[in-house]
Amino acid sequence: MGKTMVEKILNQAGGSRDLSAGDIVMARVSCLMTNDAVGELTVQAFEALGRRPWDQNRIAVVLDHYIPATTENAARTHKLLRDFSRKYGLHLFDQQGVCHQLMLEKFVLPGDLVIGTDSHTCTYGGIGAFATGVGSTDGAAVMATGEIWLKIPETVRIDLQGRLPDHVHPKDIILKVIGDLGAEGATYQALQFSGEGAAGISNEGRFTLCNMAIEAGAKTGIFEPDAVTESFLKDRQAKGIFFKSDPDAEYCRQMTVSLDRLGPQISCPWSVDRVVPVEEVRGTRIDQAFIGSCTNGRIGDLRIAAQILDGKRIHPETRLLITPASQDIYRQAVLEGLIQIFIDSGAVICNPGCSACFGGQGMLWEGEVCIGTHNRNFKARMGHKDSRVYLASPETVAVSAVAGRIEDPRG
Amino acid sequence: MTVITGRIWKFGHGIDTDIIIPARYLILPLEEMKHKAMEPLDPEFAAKVNPGDVIVAGRNFGCGSSREQAPAVLRDLGIKAIVAASFARIFFRNAVNLGLPVVECEAVYDQVREGDVVEIQPDSGRIRIPAKAEEYSGSRLPDFLLKIINDGGLIPHLILENRKG
Repeated sequence: MGKTMVEKILNQAGGSRDLSAGDIVMARVSCLMTNDAVGELTVQAFEALGRRPWDQNRIAVVLDHYIPATTENAARTHKLLRDFSRKYGLHLFDQQGVCHQLMLEKFVLPGDLVIGTDSHTCTYGGIGAFATGVGSTDGAAVMATGEIWLKIPETVRIDLQGRLPDHVHPKDIILKVIGDLGAEGATYQALQFSGEGAAGISNEGRFTLCNMAIEAGAKTGIFEPDAVTESFLKDRQAKGIFFKSDPDAEYCRQMTVSLDRLGPQISCPWSVDRVVPVEEVRGTRIDQAFIGSCTNGRIGDLRIAAQILDGKRIHPETRLLITPASQDIYRQAVLEGLIQIFIDSGAVICNPGCSACFGGQGMLWEGEVCIGTHNRNFKARMGHKDSRVYLASPETVAVSAVAGRIEDPRG
Repeated sequence: MTVITGRIWKFGHGIDTDIIIPARYLILPLEEMKHKAMEPLDPEFAAKVNPGDVIVAGRNFGCGSSREQAPAVLRDLGIKAIVAASFARIFFRNAVNLGLPVVECEAVYDQVREGDVVEIQPDSGRIRIPAKAEEYSGSRLPDFLLKIINDGGLIPHLILENRKG
């Protein structure tokens, strides 16, 4: 019996050859990421261990959630993490963007085992790394030992067939998959995106798909690295290891998504798996729109938004927040003139970071409705418990911001 | 591990981490943060919980974020164990790492009401409702995870292991 790429990566990390899904592996970690949402607890747990970091060059500390600090508590957390990073010579990304975007730009390689103290760490599967989120204590233990125990997950193989129609985007694929699987449909499993349609998905699109694997409960999402991956790595010295699943690998489930027939999808409050075709909620009045996050705050997403917003104004009763996922993306958006288009449309540009996704900016009051490109619409996540959040593609969000209500990008 | 006997706080399906502790509170000192636990569902929850109480919940408890503050605020309020029809993966790991016993049991969920008293035996996964003399079998954790819980969580466990050399 052959192995899945997830089994191969975790065997490699565990120094073993024959472990399969269901086995527990003590694995060597390639790199660790922690951030300011949970970093203080990570530091406390680490210091309780009384050890030194296992490898200072493989640990990244990212200030991205509460930046720039607007409360004394945030300032305290940031000071603590800055001091901690400098004390041990760790990589500190200080207000440079969302942790997952920065890790992909600067750190992670195909074949790596990456642990992050953030549930969307699974994003890095987009280049064929095995990456998963843990809590602060697990993060602290990895920081001290460079190791973690993991149960090797079974893999759900999702075959993408065909090509996406106009106005339909990778976000619509993953929303459809989550709607079909349910919020716990892939708990403890990995989602592997394969099939001839996968080759046609850009790196950015792959990050969007893998980013939201956790919303079906999955341990990670992953693509088999290919020529598209190579293009992402062109400026990096190391290229990592391109693991692929064997033809006779065993999957716990297989499903197919026909991209040709897919339309724009939208996730309704207050659970990500409440997914319907966008036309079913068309016309719902919105107060705020948000384009950004580790799901959809990349340059391709901003270009799509700019195409819609060029020469237009957003609805007078709608607020639009746009947050590039990193400083590099922000700079690129300036060079391409996208930021000018956004400002002229009436949007507010926020500093790169997690921004409105978790209510760090742009909070909602009772009864208010937001449509965003981010990854969660849980009750109270963006503010008042009786506010409502819809999740959709950058194009759907941009056309909705202009209309002042949820709109179908196909017109 | 001894049997945990406690009064039940009952929660439904899909209780996510933004319900357990909304993101905007994550940078509060833990001592303040615990008072915000479950606020979107019941702002009075933290005030009403008594040390020694337990939680019984539905499917996918703790889904969403990796924030360890979620099990931490429940532990700090004195919750002694959580029984759920199923747990989200990261929450489950975090609870074990904090030494908070977690048992998966689908059957018990429909049989209890808030305020009932329940007995939980984490070592075996056995759950008993004394008033009804009913017993249910939940999941049994692997020995190495039980040992982490018994040692008070992953950090005390690693310190103990280190001392043993």
